[in-house]
Amino acid sequence: MRQRPVDDEAPDRLYMVTGGRTRADESTFDSVSLIVSECEPAPGMQSEHVKILRLTRRPTAVVELSAQLRLPVSVVKILLCDLLDTGRITVRHPSALRSADGPSPELLKEVLVALQNI
Amino acid sequence: MPSRTSERAPLRATAADALKIVIVGGLGVGKTTMVGAVSEIRPLSTEEVMTEAGVGIDDIRRVRGKATTTVAFDFGRITLTESKVLYLFGAPGQQRFWYVWDQLFSGSLGAVVLVDTRRLQDSWYSIDRLEHHRMPFVVAVNRFTDGPGVDAVRDALSLPPSVPLVDCDARLRHSCKDVLVTLLRHLTTWYAPAQETMS
Repeated sequence: MRQRPVDDEAPDRLYMVTGGRTRADESTFDSVSLIVSECEPAPGMQSEHVKILRLTRRPTAVVELSAQLRLPVSVVKILLCDLLDTGRITVRHPSALRSADGPSPELLKEVLVALQNI
Repeated sequence: MPSRTSERAPLRATAADALKIVIVGGLGVGKTTMVGAVSEIRPLSTEEVMTEAGVGIDDIRRVRGKATTTVAFDFGRITLTESKVLYLFGAPGQQRFWYVWDQLFSGSLGAVVLVDTRRLQDSWYSIDRLEHHRMPFVVAVNRFTDGPGVDAVRDALSLPPSVPLVDCDARLRHSCKDVLVTLLRHLTTWYAPAQETMS
């Protein structure tokens, strides 16, 4: 496992990547929100934005982007905010966030059956 | 067989709803092994930084002597249906990890506490925190050696009878699958609408 690059070597990089911003609106993205690109990268875009648009040609969870980009989850969320604000990505939110009462019996049954069949 | 090399294996284009289950346990207990045993991708590793939402600035300084700290974790996934995908997170149970629980794991279906009978005390804190977060869980004993039986483990962890406790071998796919099925059965009871007792 990697040894905390954020602490040990990369604060300047994180500052550059996010333009000095420290947090995204946490409610916009869950750690497993699925991100889908809606356009190809354009010339002159920030390299992390380019990478995200390439990685999300198929739906990709925020944590997978974090692992691929080797950036903390909350930094990825900040980058995603930029792309969402400009309409370059869309977000498929986890249904669990829409339900205050927890998962429905139907959902749990669906997951149970699927797990029994893996 | 799907390839499990480092090459990316993207989700289906129809994937629309991701679910989470968290596997909590101490260092070396076999979390990553368990994730890898059932995941369709090689487990990935990443990290989260603690934000002000997770802890007050004074607390951060107490924890690490500086203004930020990071928590590493790994994860895999299982495609369940055309639209649904399950993410499995291996999470260290140590204290600072729980500061990022809400950032990462709010909305999880439930959790597995993976236990090594040689270090049962490592699990007490995790169980306490899961109860605090009202997160339903099952306990799985990763059988490294012949240790105390499940009844003795249940006593040592002060687990109520309602919490399932099972043996497993985190290296074996079918064994880990059984643990997840046990969790889902438990969740079905846990989340069942409360019986109305109105007079």
